[in-house]
Amino acid sequence: MTRAWRQRVFPYAVVVPFAVVLGFPFIWMGVTSLKSNVDVYNPAKTWSFRPTLASFGFLFHHTDYLTWLKNSSFVGVMVVAITLAVALPAGYALARLAGRVGRTLGVGIFLTYLVPPTLLFLPLSRVVAQYLHLSDRLWALIVVYPSFTIPFAVWLLMGFFKAIPQELEDAALIDGCSRFGALVRIVFPISIPGILTVVIFTFSLVINEFVYAITFISSSTNRTLAVGVPTGLIRGDEYNWPGIMASILIASVPLALVYNVLLNRFIAGFTGGAFR
Amino acid sequence: MASVAAPEGSRLGGLRYAAERRGVLATLLISPAVLFIGALVGAPLVLAVYLSFTDATGGSLTGKWIGLRNFRDAVDNSIFRQALWHTVLFTVISQAVVVLCAGLLAHALVRNFRGRWFLRFFILLPWAAPIALTVTGWYWIYGAGIPEASIFNWFLVHLHLESSANVTNWLGTPRAAMSSIITVQAWRTIPFATVIFLAGISSIPQEVDDAAAIDGATGLKKFWYVSLPLQLPIALVAVLFGIIFTATDMIVPYILTNGGPFNSTHVLTTWAFQIGIVSGNVGEGAAIALFMLPLLAAVTIAMLVFARRAEVT
Repeated sequence: MTRAWRQRVFPYAVVVPFAVVLGFPFIWMGVTSLKSNVDVYNPAKTWSFRPTLASFGFLFHHTDYLTWLKNSSFVGVMVVAITLAVALPAGYALARLAGRVGRTLGVGIFLTYLVPPTLLFLPLSRVVAQYLHLSDRLWALIVVYPSFTIPFAVWLLMGFFKAIPQELEDAALIDGCSRFGALVRIVFPISIPGILTVVIFTFSLVINEFVYAITFISSSTNRTLAVGVPTGLIRGDEYNWPGIMASILIASVPLALVYNVLLNRFIAGFTGGAFR
Repeated sequence: MASVAAPEGSRLGGLRYAAERRGVLATLLISPAVLFIGALVGAPLVLAVYLSFTDATGGSLTGKWIGLRNFRDAVDNSIFRQALWHTVLFTVISQAVVVLCAGLLAHALVRNFRGRWFLRFFILLPWAAPIALTVTGWYWIYGAGIPEASIFNWFLVHLHLESSANVTNWLGTPRAAMSSIITVQAWRTIPFATVIFLAGISSIPQEVDDAAAIDGATGLKKFWYVSLPLQLPIALVAVLFGIIFTATDMIVPYILTNGGPFNSTHVLTTWAFQIGIVSGNVGEGAAIALFMLPLLAAVTIAMLVFARRAEVT
C-alpha cells in the first residue's frame, strides 16, 4: 500500500462507519414512518411492507404538530434575540473594560452550567406562576431559557472580543466615535462569526430543552416540539410509532441541513472565541 | 453645533461623560447579564439550598428547618448510593467513548474528500434533532417494551447471534438497560464533540504543521508529538461540556427507563426528580440534586486550571 493511497482511504475508513452508526437510528425512523400502524409490530414485515404516507398526513391534520413547530421556532427566535442583546455588551465589557475582575466574573458566569435544571425548576416554576403570572404561556419559556444560553454566549463572545485589537477601536475614538459607537460600528461587525456560533448554539439548546417546557406548559397548543411529541402522540400505552417517527424526521432533517451548511462558519466562530 | 457646546454642568453632558468612563460603562454593560443570571439561577439556587434544609413538600415551598436530616436520609437510601455510582459510570464511560470517537472522526473529517458533505450530514443529525424526540425514537429502536420488536434483535437473530426464542430485553434487564442508556448518551454527544475537535484542529497554525513536516514528523509520530499536545486544551473544552451536560441532564434515562427496571438505572437527576417531584419530598429532592454540585465544581475548576497551564507551556 502506498502512502498516498492510505491517505486517500483513511477518511472513508473512519467517516463511513461513523455515518452509518450515527445515522442508523434515523434510517430506521424513516422506515418506520412509512409503515401503517398495523404493520409496525409485524415481524414478517420488518423491511418488506406497503409504504404509506398516512403518518405524515395524520401529523398535519389530526395533531397540533404545526403549532408545536411554530411555538418552538417562536421561542427559539425570541431567546436568540434576548441572548444576543444581553451577552454582546457583557462579553465586550468582560473582555475589554473590567480586567482581572472580568476574568473572575467570566469563569463565575460559566460555573452556572454546573447547577442542574432539576434543582432549579421547582423554585423557578414558583417564580413563573406567582410573580410573573406566566404559567402555561410561551413567554414563561422565553424568560427562563436565556438563563442557560447567556453564560455560554458571554463566555464565547468574550474570547472573540479579546482577539480584536484595541488600536482599531482607539482609531475610531480618535475619529470622533463614542465608545458605544465604536462598539456598534467596529467591534460587532468583526465578530459576526462568533455571533453566528452563538445563534446556532442557543437555538439548539432551546430546541432541545425538555424539563422546563414540560413543567411550565400544560395545554397542548402552547407546547413546544420537544414536549408536544412525547406527550401528544403517546396516549396512555398506545404509541403511534409511524407518526412519532415522522414528527422526529420533519424536525431533524432541515435543521441538520442548515447546520451542515453553516458548519464551517460555526467552527470559525468557535475557534475565534473559545480558545483564546 | 449647539448640542456639542452644551454647558459642562448639564445633566446630559454629565451622563455622557460618565458613559465614557471605563468603570461606569463596564458596569452598565455587564449588569443585564449579571441581573438575569442572578434572578433566574442565583436566587432559585439559594432557595433550593434553603429547601434542602427543610421538610418542605410539594405545593408549598416553605417548611420547618430540619438541619441535615434530608442529606442523612438521602445517603441512607441504597438507591441513592447506586444512583451516585451510576452517575459516575454514565458520565465517565459515555464521555470516554465520545472523546475517542470524536477525536478520530474529526481527524478524518478535517480532510478534503469526495462525499464529505453528504457523510457529514448523517454525523450532524443526532446533534440537530431535538433530543427528547430522538430518545423517544431510541425507545422504539430498543423495542418499546416489546423486545421482539427491537430492530437490534432482528439483526442479532438474523446474524444468528441470538435465538429468536430468547432475545435481549434492552431496557428491561438492569445491566442491558444501563448499557443502552450509556450508548444513547454517547451517540447524542459525539457530533458536538466532533465539531469542537474540528474547531481545535483548525486553530493549530499552519506553520506548526509545516515545521513538523520539515523536521520529518509524519503520520502517527506527528499526531503523537505535535497534534495531540496542541489539541489538549480543546479536548478539555469538549470533555468539560460533555461531563457537565451529561451529569446535569436527565432526559436520556428519564425517557428510556425512568430509573427502572427496579430502580436499577437511576442517576442523581432522575432520583432527585423521583423524590422531589413525583413523591413530593421537595426538601430531600433538593438535597439529592445538590450532591452533584461540589463534585462538578471540583472537576470543572481542575480542568480550567489544567487547560490554562497547558496553554502556557
